[in-house]
Order: sequence, then structure tokens, then C-alpha cells
Amino acid sequence: MVTEKVEITLNINGQDYAVRVEPRRTLVDVIRDDCGQTGTHIGCEHGICGACTVILDNEAVRACLMFAVQAQGKRIRTVEGLAEGEQLHPLQTSFMAHHALQCGFCTPGFLMLAVNALETNPDITDEEILDVLSSNLCRCTGYQNIVKAVRSTAHELRRARAS
Amino acid sequence: MTDPADRGTSPLWVGRSIRRFEDPALVAGLGRFSGDLPAQSFVRFVRSSVASGRIKRIGGPGGATLLTCADLVGVKPIRPMLHKFDYVPISQPVLAHEVVRFVGEPIAALVATSAAEAEDLADLVEVEIEDTRAVVRAPDAILPNAPHVHAQAKGNVVVEGRVQTPGCDAAMARADRRIAVAIRSRRQNALPLEPRAAHAIFERASGRVTLTCATQMPHVMRTIIAELIGMREADLRVIAPDVGGGFGQKMSLCPELVVLVWIARKLGRSVAWVEDRRENLVASFHSRDQHISLIGAFNADGRMIALSADVLANVGAYSCYPTTCAVEPLMAMAEMPGPYDVREYACVARGILTHTCPMAPYRGVSRPVITFAIERLMDKAAAAFALDPIDMRRRNLVKAFPYKTATGLVLDAANYAETMDVAVEAIDVAAFRVRQKAARAQGRHLGLGLATFSERTGYGTPAFAARGMEVIPGWETVEMTMDPSGSIEARIGASPHGQGLRTTLAQIIADELGTSPDSIKIVHGDTDRTPYGWGTFASRSLVIAGGASLLAARKVGAKLKSMAGILLEASPQDIVLEGDNARVVGTDRTIPFEVLARAAYHQVARFNGEVTPGICESATYDPAGTFSNACHVAIVEVDIETGRVRLEKFLVSEDAGRLINPMIAEGQIHGGVAQGIANALLEEIVYDETGNMLTATLADYLPPTAREIPPMEIRHLETLSDASLTQAKGLGEGGAIGAPAAVINAINDALSPFRVSLDEIPATPRRIREALRSALQS
Repeated sequence: MVTEKVEITLNINGQDYAVRVEPRRTLVDVIRDDCGQTGTHIGCEHGICGACTVILDNEAVRACLMFAVQAQGKRIRTVEGLAEGEQLHPLQTSFMAHHALQCGFCTPGFLMLAVNALETNPDITDEEILDVLSSNLCRCTGYQNIVKAVRSTAHELRRARAS
Repeated sequence: MTDPADRGTSPLWVGRSIRRFEDPALVAGLGRFSGDLPAQSFVRFVRSSVASGRIKRIGGPGGATLLTCADLVGVKPIRPMLHKFDYVPISQPVLAHEVVRFVGEPIAALVATSAAEAEDLADLVEVEIEDTRAVVRAPDAILPNAPHVHAQAKGNVVVEGRVQTPGCDAAMARADRRIAVAIRSRRQNALPLEPRAAHAIFERASGRVTLTCATQMPHVMRTIIAELIGMREADLRVIAPDVGGGFGQKMSLCPELVVLVWIARKLGRSVAWVEDRRENLVASFHSRDQHISLIGAFNADGRMIALSADVLANVGAYSCYPTTCAVEPLMAMAEMPGPYDVREYACVARGILTHTCPMAPYRGVSRPVITFAIERLMDKAAAAFALDPIDMRRRNLVKAFPYKTATGLVLDAANYAETMDVAVEAIDVAAFRVRQKAARAQGRHLGLGLATFSERTGYGTPAFAARGMEVIPGWETVEMTMDPSGSIEARIGASPHGQGLRTTLAQIIADELGTSPDSIKIVHGDTDRTPYGWGTFASRSLVIAGGASLLAARKVGAKLKSMAGILLEASPQDIVLEGDNARVVGTDRTIPFEVLARAAYHQVARFNGEVTPGICESATYDPAGTFSNACHVAIVEVDIETGRVRLEKFLVSEDAGRLINPMIAEGQIHGGVAQGIANALLEEIVYDETGNMLTATLADYLPPTAREIPPMEIRHLETLSDASLTQAKGLGEGGAIGAPAAVINAINDALSPFRVSLDEIPATPRRIREALRSALQS
């Protein structure tokens, strides 16, 4: 039932949001409802589909499986923070080039999941990419083009590092 | 894949895999979905926890706003109508009235100031229900002592279609062999990743309500919701913003939408409802719960001369609007013979009411099930005749087009045998058989399975009218404007939600008008902004809205030519449209569109009264329909110890006529195949015998992940048919239609040494082990 609200500050994409929320509220609800960042979606609320995936410090997490109060003091990154100004993240561009999205509902979660994997494991293999991507659900693409888009970006980033 | 700006060498935009205009917003998190809108009030529905019972009492927590059926004075029940096939009209109150008929049925609506509070308070609502006996399975529901889900539907039969060609009995009797197959398709949920969601706001100044909701049919929703509530249709605006997948589940009217509009009007506030995944699994819509028995009668040369079918479709507790719950059994009846040339045909198809969640269309509707049935028949017949399954199909596929089927459908220009040949060659069946033999020697069980099918797409009013539907969908209208700045806007009644129509329709229009797709804005999903239309479902939008777009563009083009003719002092016939200019053919005399457009609005006098002011045209297209076709091939490995199936490869050879954007077409196939594989191996809604659902989370109901879906290979044929104005055929459902049959045939091929016949989907490890055990015992 309703509990006493507490004041917390969430740092989302480099910006601080001071909000008053019940401690029982999930991170994804607070990101969406209290901070107004609706790019992060809710698909199942029980940690299976991964539509709500955000990056917390250096970890991709299901924002439906933790409380907002637990995210205090951490750097939260959502899909809205991927682009730098008008410059899209290479993976966003790759998703468009490879037709890795149809309805686009799962896309923010997949982008955050894969960006985190590429950042934490720059030498990620094709097989490891498939393992990571099997964390989230997409109902439109049959995963074919999501896998292609992420693999292609991984190769591209590796080439860029090598040169 | 190229940027819109890069035209390469082709003079045409149609046929090019340009990037989608939908994508930049969606990848940036700027998509706008129904659940993103802020609201003053939130609704939580109190749902039935029993499958069948009488409501004795509903008690709300003190002070809470709780609405029940008694509060919705004057709101009519949902009563979808069909005028054929002994359809028994049944009514669904938008909130349960006196009785409940399935677990999850909405009984009351709790309104609070936050979603969490609404959920808390809804948990405190006491609903006392006296249980009555429930019936869950269709074969049980037709037994003489079964309880009636609706009193007026005797034997729980809500619809019964019968068809028989005059010579069918005689052909059955004289056939050399009769081969029987009985298949079972378990129940599924279409499972769009965005659950159902809606937001309604009452505007006091205008007295109107704006309903923003995850729907595939905004105009149809407006009509029916206004009718049920008894409000003027003009006082309701329905917006389908970005919609997170539908697959049919979001084309039917859900009672929750009616309640939401009613509450917005009553409370004069904005009110939102977003279901959770459990509600979506339990109480949205289900599909594919069917039993089909076939008998194929064959000549000595392996040609099928007659087919008889018995279809039992479990349609749940209510009938869906607008298609009615007859959609599965009647589509099965009309299309059972599929791509095969069989002149004699008999079918009985029944829709059976049970105390379960209502059935509604899901990608492919009945065709994944009927294709599974007839493709199992083909493989069994091949075995009986000691023929290769490919040869068996080749003997029976329709070869001369157009072809009128035994049920009167016209199969338009195509080449089914060639589609199969392309698949067989691409997969290299001969090489596979060698590999299969070698693997068997090592105790490994590989299998290859085929499915050939035709897919009825882009059909207009005649097809729906033939079903006896009271609400007859089919046509689409496109309104096209060139504004004074020269920008083109096309407003469409179709309502895409992932299909990429903003891109493909722009490609079609751009070629016709000599401009580029990125200069064309496609507007959809808003009843205030778009002409009446039927929305996006049934693999229809690219064919029908595409055809209407072409017709509207021709009218706009004709107007531009006549205006240019006047200003350039040339005959309109001598004007060509290219590069955003009108030019007198064979000369360098041109006039830019923006100059023509400005003149059309601001300098009408220049046209001497010979053209009407402005540039705004409208066109409607209502085709008879066109059949695409495909051959799917699956290669699997079955672990006979665990019953696990590993998909090694999946190949699709398909012919959907002219491809407007091959990248988007392939994306549709990928997604459909993945859903078909899930249908074959994983997804199953399970009820216990009291009608309680056992698969109400995604840990129990198992959509596939990237690990379960193998790499797919696609080959295209492009047979051009005049049945479609753009010569494009639909292909949105084909992937889902063929894949279950191909996968199950592959499993049966792998297990052929054990003489197993597995005829049930999903083929879970448990079912495969059971089939192996019983085969080994006998």
C-alpha cells in the first residue's frame, strides 16, 4: 500500500532529477512518469522482455526489477542519451541501416543492452553477441537484423580502434 | 540499403531498399506510444478470478471510485454480427453483467489518481462469485451434458459452416487411397511487445473525447465505441500513435476502451489505462486453438482428387468485433485446399464457445493451422505412395492461373511449382539427404521439412461480404494534397504499426509524381486527420492503401500536368513530371512544382478558370484480392533423449509480386517466420480444467529469443499480377503461415526411423518424448 514518499535525486543522461517518490516505485516507472523520459518502455514488468533495459554505471539492468531509490548516486543512461547532439550513436545508425526495428517498442531496450555489451567488451565475438541479445524480446524482427546490426557495429568499432 | 538521397542508377524508387522514415524518431527514444501520455486519473480493471460463475456481490473499498456494469447506464453490449452459417449472435457487456464467462473478464473499473493507487485499491475490491461448472476444451463443450457458455448457442456451437462439392462423395469412394490426418494446434497469444494501452481526455470546450490507443483500426474503433456509448461519432476522435506491434490482437474492440471513453466523459478528466503483461496474457485475445481432421483421397498416381475436412475451433467466451469469432473456422473452410489443385471438397467448420479468453485474429488467422494440417497430409501421402515429399507436392500444386478453387476463390497469376523449385535448389536437398544419412549412422537425427502455401492478401469488400459479415471491411481511401509550398501530404485510412508504410507508400507516390520519397509526408492513425479506412491487418495495407495512393497520385499528377500545360502553353499530354518539375517533353521548358503549387492556391487567375483552385485529390481502391505464395524449408536436429529441437536453418522462397522495398519485405518475413517457429515449438496458452490459466507470465508462456531463431535465407520471385494495381501482393502473414508446418514436417522427417507421427503444435520436448515412447512401445 501507499508508503511515505522520499526525496531522491536521479542522474539520467548527465542531468539531475530531484523527485519525491514512494520507495516502492520501480526505476522504470520513475524514469518515465516522474522524470518524463518515456523512451524507456515497459513490456512485462517481470524482468523477462528487457524493453526497460537501461545502463546503470557500467551495467545493463532491467529497470522494472529495481527500485528507483536503489539508483541514487549512479549514472543512469537511457536511449535519450545515446546520441551526442544531432550525431546518432553508431548503433542507432546501424539499426536503421539494417532494418533492425519495425514497431520500435523493444528498440530502446535492445540499444541499451547492446551498447553496454560493446562498451564493456569491445572484443565481443559474434557468438557472445547472440548470447547477449537473447536477453531481450523482440516480436517484430525475428532478431535477424538486430543481430546483423550489432555485429556490424562491433566490427566497425573494432576496425576504427585498429586504425 | 541506401539512403533516400542516393538513387544509384535506377530511375525508380519502387524496388529500392531505402531506409525507413519511421526510424530516426524510434531509435532516438522519441516514439510516442499510448502509455507515454500523462493523465489525471488511472484505471485498473477488476477481473474475474473464475471461469464461470454468478456475481453475487461487488464491494468496493470506502471512498474509491468503482464502476460496475450497473453504473454504465445506456451502454450497449458488444454484439458482433454475421448473417450466414447459422451464426448465433452473442453479447458481451463491457463490464460483466450478472455472470462471468472467463478468467480475466473485466467486472469493474477502479479509478484513482495514480496507476499504483488504482492497483492497490482494485486489490481491495471484494467480488463474490458463485462458481458454476466451466467448460474449457472444444471437444468437451460439444458433449450433450456440457454447460452452456451462452444459453442461446445450443451445444456451444456459435457458428457452423458447411460446404460440399456435388461430386465429393463419389470421388472419395472411387479414390485409390484415402489418407487421414488429425492435427491439434494449441492456443496462442499474439503477444505484441507493447501491451494494450489507452488514454482518453474530455475537452470541455468542444464536448469531444480524444481516445489515444494502441489500435490497428482507429476509424472502426471510433464508430463502434460511439455507437455503444450512444454518443455522436463526431464527438470522438481516435488516435493510434506509435503502436508497439499488433499482429491482429489490436484490431478487435476490447471492452476496456469503451469503459475508458465513458469514464473520461463522466468524470471530465483525462484517464489512462495500461494493462500489465499478466492481463495481456489472460484477458486480451487468444488464437489458433483448433482441431482439424482431414481425409485426402488420391488417385493411383498420387494426385489428390478429393479433400474432406472437419474443423473445430475453440473461440472462447465471446465473439470479437468486427470480424466475429467465425473468422477462424470460416477462413479454414474457405482456404483449406491451399495451393493444391483439388476439385472435390467437403468441409464442416464449427466455432465452439468455451469459458476461456475470446479468440481474435492473429497473424495468418487460421492459415498457420490449415497449412500445418494439409502439409502433414502431403507428407503422409508421400510416405504412403513412397514418393519424395517434393514430388508429391509437384503433382498436386496448381499450375495454370488464374485458377478457381473448389470454394470459388480465384488464385491470380503465380507460379507455385517454381517457387518450390527455387527453395529446393537453394537448400540443396540432395546434399542434405547425404548428410542426414551420415548423421543417422552416428545416432544424430536431422530432418528437413517443407511447407508450400498460398496466402490470400489485399482483399477488398467481396471477400469479407462472402463471409456474411455485417461490418464489411475492404476498401481504402487516400487523400493527397500538395500545399502552396509544393509539399505533398498523403492521408491514409490504413494504420501501420511497424510495417513501414510511411516509407513504402512514399516510394510509390514519388515514382508517379516525379519527386523523391523524403518530400512526401504520410499521415495516418488519426480520425480527425485521415479519411475513413479499415486500418492495417490481413496483409492488406501495401496492396490496398498502396493502390489508392497510386490512384490519388495519378489524379494529383493529372492536375499538375493540366496546370503546367496552361502555364507552359503546351498540351497536358506533353507534360512529364520529373525531379520536382513539370517539363514539356522534348524541350527544356520546365516549371517547378513549388511554382505550380503556389499558383494553384494564390494565383488562380493565371489558369483562366480552367482548373479548380488548390491541389487536393482523393482516391479509393477496393480490389478483389491477390494470392502471394511461398515455400518454406526447415532443417532441424532432434535430440531423441531430451526431445529438444535445434533449428539449423530456415529458408523461404516467396513470391509477393512486385517488391516495393525489399528490405522491408524481408523484415516482414523474418518476423512472421519467428512467430511461426514459436507456434511450432514454444508458445502455448494452457488452462487447467477449471478454466484457470497456467501460463500467465513470460516465464511460462515462451516467446522465442535470438537464440531460438536460426539464420534465415530468403529468395524472391516476382510474378507480376494485374490483381493488384501496384502489382505488389501482401506478405505480412506468410512467414507465420508456413513456418509451423515446415518445422513439424522436419521433426517428423528426423524421427522417421522411429515411425513417429507428431501432429500437434507446439511440439514441446515433452510431446516429442511422448511420441517417441509410444512409437517405441507399439
